[in-house]
This record gives sequence, structure tokens and C-alpha cells, in this order.
Amino acid sequence: MSNSAGTPREITRRQMLRRIGLTALVAGPAASVLSACATSGGSSAASPTAAASGAATSAANPFGVKADAPLEVVIFKGGLGDSYATDVHEPLYKKEFPKASVKHVATQQIAQTLQPRFASGDVPDFIANSGSDLMDNGALQSEGQLLDLTPLFDAPSIDDPSKKIRDTLIPGTAESGLIAGKPYILNYVFTGYGLWYNSKLFQTKGWTPPKTFDEFKTLCGTIKKAGLTPYAYAGKNASYYQYWMILITAAKAGGNQVLIDIDNLADGAWNHDAVKQSAAAWAEIGKFMDKSYEGLIHTEVQTRQNQDKIALYPSGAWLENEQKSNTPASFEYAVTPTPSLTSADKLPFEAIRAVAGEPYIIPSKGKNTAGALEYARIMLSKEGAKGFIQKSGSLSVVIGSADGLSLAPGLQSTADAQKAAGSNIVTYNSFENWYKELETELRKQTNSLMFGRISADEFCANMQKKADSVKADSSITKQNRTV
Amino acid sequence: MRHGDGRRSRGLASVRVRKYGFILSFLVIPLILYVVFVISPYAQAFYISLTNWRGVSANPQFIGLENFTRLLSDDVFWAAVRHHALLLLAMPLITIAIALFFSFLLNLGGGSRGGRMTGVRGSGFYRVVYFFPQVLAVAVVGVLFQAIYRPDNTGVLNGLLSGIGIGPVGWLIAPNLALWSIMGVVVWQSVGFYVVLFSAGMAAIPSDVFEAAALDGAGRFRLFFSITLPLIWDTIQVGWVYLGIAAFDCFALVQVLSVDRGGPDNSTTVLPLEIWRAAFTFSKFGYASAMGVALFFLTITFAALSLRVTRRERIEL
Repeated sequence: MSNSAGTPREITRRQMLRRIGLTALVAGPAASVLSACATSGGSSAASPTAAASGAATSAANPFGVKADAPLEVVIFKGGLGDSYATDVHEPLYKKEFPKASVKHVATQQIAQTLQPRFASGDVPDFIANSGSDLMDNGALQSEGQLLDLTPLFDAPSIDDPSKKIRDTLIPGTAESGLIAGKPYILNYVFTGYGLWYNSKLFQTKGWTPPKTFDEFKTLCGTIKKAGLTPYAYAGKNASYYQYWMILITAAKAGGNQVLIDIDNLADGAWNHDAVKQSAAAWAEIGKFMDKSYEGLIHTEVQTRQNQDKIALYPSGAWLENEQKSNTPASFEYAVTPTPSLTSADKLPFEAIRAVAGEPYIIPSKGKNTAGALEYARIMLSKEGAKGFIQKSGSLSVVIGSADGLSLAPGLQSTADAQKAAGSNIVTYNSFENWYKELETELRKQTNSLMFGRISADEFCANMQKKADSVKADSSITKQNRTV
Repeated sequence: MRHGDGRRSRGLASVRVRKYGFILSFLVIPLILYVVFVISPYAQAFYISLTNWRGVSANPQFIGLENFTRLLSDDVFWAAVRHHALLLLAMPLITIAIALFFSFLLNLGGGSRGGRMTGVRGSGFYRVVYFFPQVLAVAVVGVLFQAIYRPDNTGVLNGLLSGIGIGPVGWLIAPNLALWSIMGVVVWQSVGFYVVLFSAGMAAIPSDVFEAAALDGAGRFRLFFSITLPLIWDTIQVGWVYLGIAAFDCFALVQVLSVDRGGPDNSTTVLPLEIWRAAFTFSKFGYASAMGVALFFLTITFAALSLRVTRRERIEL
């Protein structure tokens, strides 16, 4: 993650969203590019399905992996490294199938390495499709190159065969990998969002993270008296950090359906009571912000937090890593969920926004698709996920996989928050990618609201107006989601 | 070129053919370059503005004037147009006034010495210093002014102000101050160039005119308003058109300096920024082109009008 100004963060976020696979849904055009070079292999190659690869299925071997079939794994060697594969997942696979050979390929140029292989039909079995040179999953899917992962998510978990794998993951993981209604992508890395603070500072001052907005306001008053800015975000280039918080609070109050309605441009979605109340509550918190933060960029604000000039800051779990070089020893990151609006909220205080990212795919025309599915099942076991966390320094989507591990304080805090949240997960916003005009307007209105130039009612009215105009604009392709 | 006295004879015509043929042979290459790289993109932009092209499909759909009717009800577009109007009125005026003042001081401010008009002491040094900002790339200037305008006491200006007890000013975050702050940067950067331009104009004025006026007892201000100003009017006029056209740009500075690119609340947005956003963020190339066409006509209208309005009898020396 870069520390330089402005755009790098956005690129990172865009990459992140790409990894999440949301863009896959709108990816259409690039497919034709791929098809141009994907002509030679294709139909002539045998199309092995899980059943066709030989061995019988059993409870321990649900995909019927042939014990001696070789497996080729391609890992993107980026920020996560590749030791989680070579030292954890691949040995686990070898332990299960001692006769099988596992070929490991590490690369930073996924597309350059693999596009020709897709074109010729000689594809590897399992791919970490990440990095800035990742292949377009939407294009691959529309070319029929990806394996539908429904059997994986429905397979029994290694840790508890009575459970389907999909139920051992944080809710929304399978859904985050949908293309054309089917899960083709396994998003494996877990990112949590919330309010970040210095746990050491809070301890010495005797402050506790607020559970309700009333507590939040009281705490802000206390912090202000202590000479700190209670809460801040960077208005100049990162107002979306703040609108995430507004939308999380709205989703907690009114349920995830609020976010789905907003994404679907449903009539009156922005005038929903939950959105209005959330905006009003956050505008109250905005009064504790210094006006100058509207003119600062995220790294400036984050550095001020590291200097203990700001108490609470809204962001995602990458923050600790991003600020590594600026964080003094007296600063330990911790995250707390956004406070509850009322006791009538649909989701409890512990609910956090969590998004699954970092896409892994299985080519449909691989020689050992059953083995690849089993490999993914191993990744999604507690042992596989634990190893991943230790080796990569990121959390995985497997519930409880960080238990008993020693992690960086911020990561530990995210893991605790994930555990406390359980299945109470606030999901993603798709409009950020689908309708850029709406997103741009939301940034603008968020600054206006938080720096006190408009009221919550005006905020909702302005956003509704923009949503309606996007809906009425025939030149914009409309998208839809139900989960 | 003043050849049009209406009389035509065969001899004259052949002279003319030869003369224009000669000129044309020099012009043809730049003309081709101009057509390929300027005229044809304009022509394409005019066509694209009549379509709903989103930047990807091969055959954009023709939708007539729909993009333009949509422009009429687009608040952001009108905000940008208002900002251009303000920039157009204020920016050239301020820049030219400051540049004239400086160049007068540099060239004539020292009074006459030994029959020659001289500048204030050290004018050679100032001349170089004034030109410095012009040498910096606009992105560098933007980053520089981020630090100067920073809204808390770590900003250069606010640090100075807090020294004399004035609270931090939100140079770029107060909606009714932000555009003026950005205009200040444009002025700061362009003054140097116009000082040089006007200095050259002043240097071209024959010194005997000044001597004669000085003998008649004219003071410095009388010299400036009655002699310098009328004699460099052409140069000022050119400067005015340059600055006016610059007022239709300001993309880079607004992009780098303003809150959330054009904010807060659209208070600093300009047409080039909105064109960029419509094209590359919203991928609405048709709509962006429509804005581009609007900008084209605004610029052309301005240039034509200002040349007409500021036209004066040329003073032959």
C-alpha cells in the first residue's frame, strides 16, 4: 500500500474491488479480446468434469480426486507472498494424496503467464488470479473457462463434515464471487471495516469505544476536552471512507436490504428512515471534526492519528499495514464496529462490514479439476486458513480461523471483531462500481453533510434526486443484485 | 498586409499568385499537421457529442441533440460556466494590472537618467525572479500550493497568519473562497510572463517620445497613462486574449488543489474537469464531447468578442 498522496489509494481500492470480483459483472467487452486468442484450444480438448477424473467420491473425498493425478498450482506472489501455498496448502494436499505430485508456479504476471496457456488449452489446475496483471474473470467466465464452484461451497467442511463449506465462511463470501448468478470465484481474504483507534491511548485515558451514538457523542465531548480531535476523515480525497460509515450505520439500522435497494436504484432507497437517521447521527459527530480536515488527504489525517491528535478514524483493515512506517511504539491499532443507532436496529452493535477479496479460480478445462476443488477445500479448512494467516499476515474468510494465533494488534482486533460479529455482516456496495455518477455525488454530499453545510434531510433528498436521474438515464446500463 | 486597394491588372495578379504560392508552400506542412491533429479531432468531437458513445462500442448510437438538452439542466455544468465567467472577468484584469505595474517599475520606474528611461534599482534581478513561477510545471505549482494553502496551522499561509493571531483560513475548503484561492495561484504563475511581454513592448517605445514628454514636464504617472499604455495597447490586448483562454482551462490546478476535485460543493469546478470526469470516470464520452463543444464555442466567442471590443486605432510610430 502506498503512502503517497491521493490517487494511489484509489487505485488500490479499485484493484481491491476488482479482486472482489464485482467488476466481473460488468466486464462484458473484454471477453471479445480474449476470444481472439482463445480459438486454438477450446473444444478439441477433453472436458473433464469432477466425475470424469476417475476415482469414486466418498465423504472424505467428496470430489473423487484420483490419488496419483498431478496438480498444478499458480500463485500470485505479491503482498501475500506465496509461502502460504508452498509451506501450508501444498504440503497438506500432499499429505492427503502422497502419490500425487504438486507443481508450484509463482508469478507476478498472472495474465502474461497464463493467457497463452488458456489460448492453447494447457491450463493449470488452480490459480490465484491477483495483482495488477490479473486476468479478467468476467471475460474468462463468458468464454467458459471457469469452473462453477457451487460444488465446493456445498461440499462438507474438513473440520466438521456435517457442515457445508459455505456455512463455515463469513456470510457473503460465496455471493461475492458471483458471475452471472453462479459462484466462479473464491474470495479468500477477509477485510473488515470500522472505526480505528489507538488502544494504548484509550487505555491510559480510560476511554472505551462507544456502542451507541449517544455514547459516541458523550465520548467525543470528553475527548475534545482532552485536547484531541475526537473523530476525523480526509475530505479532500477520501470522503468515501465516511460514506462507508454512513451506509454501514444505515444497514445496521435497517438491515442489508437498505444497501441492496440503494444498489438497485429502488425508488426512495435514499429516503429510507435508516439512511436518514444514520446521516443525522453522523452529522452530529461531524460537528466534533475540525473544519480543516475537509482539505486534507488520507495520509495526512492518518499520520495525525498516529501522533495522537485524532482519536477515531474510519477505514478498512489495510490501515495498520499502510501506516506501518509512521506508527510509533506507543500506538497500537484496534478497530471497533460503528455504534448502534437505537436498540431497534436490525443488526447488533457487533455487526461489522466485512468484504471477501483476493480471487482464486479453477479453470474448467484443467486436467485435475477434482484435485483443484479439494485443494480449495483444504484452503478453507481451519488448518489451511490458520497457516495462511500466519504466512501472509492477512485474515481469511474462514470463521474462527484466527483463533489462538498471535497477530499484529490491528489484525488481532479485526479478527476479534470478525468473531464477535459472527454471521452479522454488513455487505458491500455495488453502486460504487456500477454507477460512478452516483458515487461521485455521494462523495460531494457526504462532505457537505459532515462539514455542516446541509442537513440529513437535504443529504437524502439530494442523493435520491441523483439516484433517480441515474435511473432515468437510458445511456447507463442498469445492474441488479438480490443478495 | 495592406494590398487591397481594389485595382486589378494582369501584372499585379501574377505577382500575387507568385507571392501567395510562395507563402503557401511554407504553410502547407503546418496546415496539414493542424488539420490532422486539431481540426479533425474537433470535427470528431462534434460528431461524438451527438451520440451516446460510452467509449467501448464500435458503433455509437446517434441521439441528436439529447446531450445538449441534458446540459441545459445540469447544475454542475452551469456552476462550471459561472466559474469561467468569474475567472474571465477577474483573472486577466488582476494579472494585467499587476504585470503592468511591475513592468512599468522595471522599465520606467526609475525615471530618466542621462536622457534614457530606466527601471528601479535592481530591476535586472527582479526581472529574472518574476519569471521563476512561469518555469515551474503546473503540477509542481499545484503541489507547492497544497502546502501553502493547507487549512490548518501547518500550512504556510496559515502558519504566518497564526503568528499574528488570525485563526486558520480555509483557503480551499470555504466554498466562497476556494475559487479565489485557485485564481490567486493562476495569477501568481502568469504575472512573470506578462511582465516580460509588457517589458518587451515598453522597450520598443522610442525613447525620444519619453524625452519629449519629460521635457514638457510630464511625471511618471502621466508618462505611463498617456504614453506607455496607448503605445503597448496591442500587447495588452494579446495578453488579454491569452489570459481569457487560460481562464477556460485551469484543469490541472483545480484537479490538484480543490477538495474532492471541484469541491467543496462544486464551488471550484471548471468545464475541462467536468469533461474529464464525464469521459474517464463516468465513461460518457458523448456527453463529455457535448461539454467540449460548448467550451469550444465559449472560447471562440470570447476571443472574437475581446478582439473586437479592444480594437483601437493603431498608433503608427
